[in-house]
Amino acid sequence: MITIQLPTALRAFTDGLSDVQVEAATVDEALRQLTEKYADLQRHLFGDDDKLRSFVNVYLNDEDIRSADGTATAVKSGDTLMLIPAIAGGRV
Amino acid sequence: MTVSISTSKLTIKTMLYITQQQKDAVNAHAAAEYPNECCGAILGHFDNGSKTVRDILPISNQREDSAKHNRFLITPQEFMFCEKTARKANCDVVGFYHSHPDHPSAPSRYDLEHALPVYSYVIVSVAGGQPDKMTSWELQNDRSMFNEEQIQ
Repeated sequence: MITIQLPTALRAFTDGLSDVQVEAATVDEALRQLTEKYADLQRHLFGDDDKLRSFVNVYLNDEDIRSADGTATAVKSGDTLMLIPAIAGGRV
Repeated sequence: MTVSISTSKLTIKTMLYITQQQKDAVNAHAAAEYPNECCGAILGHFDNGSKTVRDILPISNQREDSAKHNRFLITPQEFMFCEKTARKANCDVVGFYHSHPDHPSAPSRYDLEHALPVYSYVIVSVAGGQPDKMTSWELQNDRSMFNEEQIQ
């Protein structure tokens, strides 16, 4: 099982759960399973182009998946994925 | 909590309870960073959709210097720092604040595209270096718009 840890703001869409467990072989598969289970998370994690939103960062056992193979990075049972947002904005 | 009725549906306005001292801290940060945007985290407690502020945590704007006049960024590392600081104080990160230098305190399209639900997004406008109007916003769950919160 893969454990996905969610930030406070997204727990409102997982019945209050901070950790969700899924079975998956890649990061992408794990995230898809998460959004299949909790459909309202989809729009906050993925854009209209179905790609992970730019401000959503995924850490596999504390390592940014961008320094591995991105969402194609392989995962195995016992791994932890942390979803950590960057907070961005501005006047225009 | 107040209830306001729009033309098509009933909407409940959420509240952000913030003290004058905490507002002063946000305003001072906004003035100090002018003409750039300031940013920070708001620590506190969630209570039935409303939030009570316990502390203001200023964060250094991590955007490149050339973009700081109209953009702010709190990196994932800084986000984790905010979460840890909140946990130590037995509270939660309930939102984030930033300034709009020489611009109204209404959220921009860019703010909308980068927002997360649940959090309060406090915006303070800064006119010629002087903090002006403060507003607070929460992203609607369908991501279509922000709803303004009442500040008290």
